[in-house]
Amino acid sequence: MSLLRVRELSVWFDDPARPAVDRIDLDLEAGRMLALVGESGSGKSLTALSLLDLLPGGAHRQAATIELDGDNVLDWSEARRRALRGGDIGTIFQEPLTALNPLHRVEKQIGEAIRVHQRLGRAAVRKRCLELLEQVELPASDDMLARYPHQLSGGQRQRVMIAMALANDPRLLIADEPTTALDVTIQEAILDLLKRLQRERHLAVLLISHDLGLVGRFAEDVAVMHQGRIVERGATDRVLNHPEDDYTRHLLAAEPGGQPPPTPADAPVLLRADDLEAHFSGRRRGWLGARETVAAVDGVSFQLRRGETLGVVGESGSGKSTLALILLRLIRAKGKVVLLDQPLQTLSGRALRPWRRHMQVVFQDPYGSLNPRLTVHQAVEEGLRVHDRGLNADQRAERVRALLAEVGLPADSGDRYPHEFSGGQRQRIAIARALVLEPDLLILDEPTSALDRSVQAQVLELLKDLQRRRGLSYVFISHDLKVVRAISHRLLVMRHGKVVEHGDTERLFQSPEQAYTRRLMEAAFNRDGKQAVAQ
Amino acid sequence: MTGSEPIWRRQWRAFCRNRRGLWSLAVFMVLFVVSLGAELVANDKPILVRYQGELYWPVFQVYPETAFGGLFETEANYRDPFVEELIDKDGWMLWPPIRYSYDTINYELTQPAPAPPSAENWLGTDDQGRDVLARLIYGFRLSVLFGLILTVASSAIGVVVGALQGYYGGWLDLAGQRFLEIWSSMPILYLIIVISSFVVPGFWTLLLIMLLFSWMTLVDLVRAEFLRARNLDYVRAAQALGVRTPVILFRHMLPNAMVATLTYLPFVLNASVILLTSLDFIGFGLPPGSPSLGELLGQGKANLHAPWLGLSAFVTLALMLSLLVFVGEAVRDAFDPRKYHADSGSRP
Repeated sequence: MSLLRVRELSVWFDDPARPAVDRIDLDLEAGRMLALVGESGSGKSLTALSLLDLLPGGAHRQAATIELDGDNVLDWSEARRRALRGGDIGTIFQEPLTALNPLHRVEKQIGEAIRVHQRLGRAAVRKRCLELLEQVELPASDDMLARYPHQLSGGQRQRVMIAMALANDPRLLIADEPTTALDVTIQEAILDLLKRLQRERHLAVLLISHDLGLVGRFAEDVAVMHQGRIVERGATDRVLNHPEDDYTRHLLAAEPGGQPPPTPADAPVLLRADDLEAHFSGRRRGWLGARETVAAVDGVSFQLRRGETLGVVGESGSGKSTLALILLRLIRAKGKVVLLDQPLQTLSGRALRPWRRHMQVVFQDPYGSLNPRLTVHQAVEEGLRVHDRGLNADQRAERVRALLAEVGLPADSGDRYPHEFSGGQRQRIAIARALVLEPDLLILDEPTSALDRSVQAQVLELLKDLQRRRGLSYVFISHDLKVVRAISHRLLVMRHGKVVEHGDTERLFQSPEQAYTRRLMEAAFNRDGKQAVAQ
Repeated sequence: MTGSEPIWRRQWRAFCRNRRGLWSLAVFMVLFVVSLGAELVANDKPILVRYQGELYWPVFQVYPETAFGGLFETEANYRDPFVEELIDKDGWMLWPPIRYSYDTINYELTQPAPAPPSAENWLGTDDQGRDVLARLIYGFRLSVLFGLILTVASSAIGVVVGALQGYYGGWLDLAGQRFLEIWSSMPILYLIIVISSFVVPGFWTLLLIMLLFSWMTLVDLVRAEFLRARNLDYVRAAQALGVRTPVILFRHMLPNAMVATLTYLPFVLNASVILLTSLDFIGFGLPPGSPSLGELLGQGKANLHAPWLGLSAFVTLALMLSLLVFVGEAVRDAFDPRKYHADSGSRP
């Protein structure tokens, strides 16, 4: 018999006729991992939250049955259901930095989870905390217990979260995108840990994820959600390799692939970077001591030809985004940036302005990169106001309209505000804003990382298309090797501000020379979902 | 909601959705407009005189008594029974509803001042025999104008200083912050008392002295908003486009920092009004004889046997401050993008 049995679960906000979760059934057995997969807005997180009675305000839940071990939870009192959370059901959230209280030490974070459900003395709680640390493969030391969340790395924080979830020996573990905020190599380690715990403790795990590759590697069963409904379910192996539903096939096909458009062999060099170096000043040694400096970018050099894409990859903190800001000269750095034979570093702010039109930028966060108070038309038009002062309002409007059409936005987009658009559309607006000056070079800082896979694929196609038509050069910064592979001609692997490896994309993927590059590749491509599910 | 709607109209509709704020604004505007025309509402001169077939406008123009057949070359005193008789003989006078200005003394009181409310003086008179209602109307106008001018001027200075500190950061920010700390630790009330001992404070000098200290309220707030906003991607994108710094500051950053700023504005306005009132109350504010709510409160304290003095001043102040706070709340709601989009957007 299954541990968790859910029948006809619905969640809606304003209108019961438009539910966010639409009459879904779930069955989860002890010792198995069920993955709930879907894109953003598919209702997967709401499903998890509704099992925990943690729905946001304004959301309504209705279900025929929610049974835990044959006992209908819906009949229980409020107090008894509360005891379930953190007791029989442990939860791991996506963002460990916000899920941990920044003012509490590790001991208090885990200890609180224990004390809410069990009456234990001080010493016993401490002993239990150390045991839990050991189980999640953290050093079981007093030093670790005394740390604050900001003194832990992202992976360590997620392990503390897992320890908290395990504190009361739950039978069901709900993991809501547990690794999305982490670097690829750390994602691996965290999921290995979850898998081990699941097996050792005979846990039922509900894994919520948008990442099919990851799911294929770790979950026994998978349920695909789309617009609030479960469209397909079954053993992971079967669903991923022989999908029956169109939507599942669509999701699987959305994994980035393909090749960048070819570059002419004799294309001239557009951008040259020589020995770039930028430091951040860190902590002062003592009262009057010199400041320690941290090298954010250290000795980076490369060349970029017209129509070519340079992929820059690395984990968080490797200096990728700093490099983008240096190239745009939004921060000062040592070294030389030469654009169209013009050294940029020596120009004054005023003299630099005309050169800015040749070089534009698209940022990661489609919500933060557009001013919420400007219409799309105003946002896109701004560059023309700065650089083409000869144009009148009608001419500018004409240019903006043509461009919005070119990046595939509806004709009436210009008069609307950014909040009325989806993430992918906002990214198209940001691309339009960058293109309005007809630049030669686009610097793309994680342009697809905040998007769903299928939207990601569309944006990548758009970028390739624009490159083909306009002969654009890209500096494409990403932590996602699959995406980078699909668009880059050449690759620059960065770590701690230094270049680890630099060369043609295909060569680097086929035969990486450095151990670090190889580790990155393995973490990214091992979980392609095609291989056998872990037994 | 159609996309082409200008943002100010959305904000106006969001403002209207706050019923209390809308009503407060309506009531306040009526009171304010009436008090702006105080000379036509409460005055010791008639609005219009018809004498021997000609029209006279005493409120706007000075006429000697001789114009109406009197004896003196000085301005006619229309409340004088002799002048009244002269005019009534060959014409008529149109009086404002209240026949007292803020400084008119009622010499025909039947009992010692302060006199209680009567048919002649609706809210009684103060201890010098002046009509309380007339003084309230003029005092209201003075307080609101003083508050508004002070708020606008000090916010403008505060926003600019805060914006520059926040955007440039570094040494400018450090120096500015230290200066603010020193400057804001000065005891404003005592300084004004000291200054007013050798300068006779008028409306404008008082405003200037208060402005010297009141601009600091908003600096920290705007500075914090700009420190946050300067690292936002859309600001970076604008920098990468080569947009000039003033344009970035005032087109991209300021409107988004305005929500936090506007939240404070009603309180700045109220604080200005209260500061003026308290200075008048202790007698270091506007020159003697000015219509002032603080002075009336002071009289109420000195004449506890005449409760109409203190009560009228209190009710007026309480009403004015509450209305301003309610309007301020509605303005804040209107500028908050999360609020005015709440009806159009779907939930996440």
